[in-house]
Amino acid sequence: MSFPEDLKYTENDEWVRVEGNKGTAGISDYAQEHLSDVVYVEIMPGEGDSFSKGDPVATIESVKAAADVYAPISGKIISVNEGLADNPELINTDPYGEAWMIRFEIADPSEFDGLMDVAAYKKVCEERDRS
Amino acid sequence: MTEPLIFELSSPGRKGVELPECDVPETPLPKDLIRDDLLLPELSEVDVVRHFTRLSQLNYGIDISAYPLGSCTMKYNPKVNEDAARLPGFAYTHPLQGPEEAQGNLLLMFELQEWLKEIGGFAGVSLQPAAGAHGELAGIMMIHAYHHDRKDDRRIKILIPDSAHGTNPASTAMGGFQSVEIPSDDRGNIDLEALRRECDGTVAGLMLTNPNTLGLFDEHVREIIELVHGCGGLMYGDGANMNALLGVVRPGDLGFDILHYNLHKTFSTPHGGGGPGSGPVGVSERLKDFLPGPIVEAVDEGDENRPPKFDLIFPRKSIGRVKAFHGHFGVMVKAYTYLRMIGKDGLRAVADHAVLNANYLRVRIRDAYRVPYDRICMHEFVAEGAWEDAPGIRALDVAKRLMDYGYHPPTNYFPLIVHEALMIEPTETESKESLDAFADAMIKIAGEAHTDPDVLHGAPHITAFGRMDEVRAAKQLVLRYVPKEKNQI
Repeated sequence: MSFPEDLKYTENDEWVRVEGNKGTAGISDYAQEHLSDVVYVEIMPGEGDSFSKGDPVATIESVKAAADVYAPISGKIISVNEGLADNPELINTDPYGEAWMIRFEIADPSEFDGLMDVAAYKKVCEERDRS
Repeated sequence: MTEPLIFELSSPGRKGVELPECDVPETPLPKDLIRDDLLLPELSEVDVVRHFTRLSQLNYGIDISAYPLGSCTMKYNPKVNEDAARLPGFAYTHPLQGPEEAQGNLLLMFELQEWLKEIGGFAGVSLQPAAGAHGELAGIMMIHAYHHDRKDDRRIKILIPDSAHGTNPASTAMGGFQSVEIPSDDRGNIDLEALRRECDGTVAGLMLTNPNTLGLFDEHVREIIELVHGCGGLMYGDGANMNALLGVVRPGDLGFDILHYNLHKTFSTPHGGGGPGSGPVGVSERLKDFLPGPIVEAVDEGDENRPPKFDLIFPRKSIGRVKAFHGHFGVMVKAYTYLRMIGKDGLRAVADHAVLNANYLRVRIRDAYRVPYDRICMHEFVAEGAWEDAPGIRALDVAKRLMDYGYHPPTNYFPLIVHEALMIEPTETESKESLDAFADAMIKIAGEAHTDPDVLHGAPHITAFGRMDEVRAAKQLVLRYVPKEKNQI
């Protein structure tokens, strides 16, 4: 299972990549592994839409379950991954790359404090697997 | 073995029946209603009978063997229920016949309402809803109507534990409320601290399945109800798991305001493709006026010389009709028959044996499968279908392998809070021998997972069809038959 060092993570298994005042988000390898084969994805906001931390931004359905993806921090959409709806299996094969979901302008950099670094996120995943 | 579709068996001009000569004047059909592109299969009677008999032999049902599908209460459905539902007086009543001509049917509905009130500890019952989730929606609509009637429209939240059936948040959303998820604690109860934080003046109610989908009776049910009532909310009970409580606990006595019953689970009417459901709702005194109608009332008690008289009544502030006519009447006849046959003491024995059977199975397989919330359970329990020392084996593989041993798999991947969940509900109708045979198969499969994982990955091996491609089934929907060549039929 892959845990890239350069990303920030949430308790709900989203990742964020930060470049200057722009962010990119998707779901983690751990999340896709637990969802198993993804068959459907819908990204709700469109270009220019603002969203707050914790707002649902996408819905994912796998053969096992349906899950919501929440905004890891607040922002305004620059673009969404349009191709993902036709190829939801990208979430299984390349969760940190081709299966990015939203790119956005970061509204409030102080919200980074609420995110986890890779070590903290790894620990959360390990604890979950043990319980 | 595969069976062609009935359309593929069709042969032009073949018939199953010869209609008698028409002895009334013919009335031409309106031209715009006549179609020549309508596909109808053309077969003889024997072709049709053989086709459906072969299909039925590919099917699996409770009449074949155990059906431990968790949260579904797949108990055996006594055949006397079917006999009663086919009595001509019940079967041939037309739904448009007035109450005067259907007093017998109304008497049956009235008594069923009264018994469900008694069983659940409620002040009123409506038999209208067509199934469990429909009962939930009716309940949510009553919660809305109740608060609205009190001009308390700031209540927008319905609290739902994370172990709930997916229908709870769906009913909540359909009713126009926001659902707020409440986590479980490490004993499988609602996390009381998390609940306390959400209890405020915007809470319309809480939906609680008790026993929950882990098969556990919430140890703090009284505190939960106090908290919800304390902030002005109503308590909704999801009665899917009522089988464990019959004759032991009455949800109304605990303080629940609404509960739906699943006649097709608890009261032994066929479901899972075998027939429609029925989801009556019971309510406490303060919600009686809001029940969906019509409900049956005795408008004249009668005396020695006069039979009682029943009528269909709309409660004063009723949320209205939620179903055409009188609900699923045939299902009501079956549930009524079950209650009549089993009686008051029998009902208590149902709960006792359902709980005993689930605990017996839990203890028999718990050395082979991890049971995450391993305490005395109610009617069902949840095990994990995965092992650290059997990499690559998932709950799905265990479920599919069970089919090779002649069993319907348990519910899998639910509840979502257990990793690789296998949710097992044997019901009271399995004997000790039957439970032992199932446990033996489960234990054998756990062994195979470690010694012969490929046999699990490839399962099922002995069924008419092997492992289905679930991803393709979800992505490439084929919902309707389209003939390969149009002139074929």
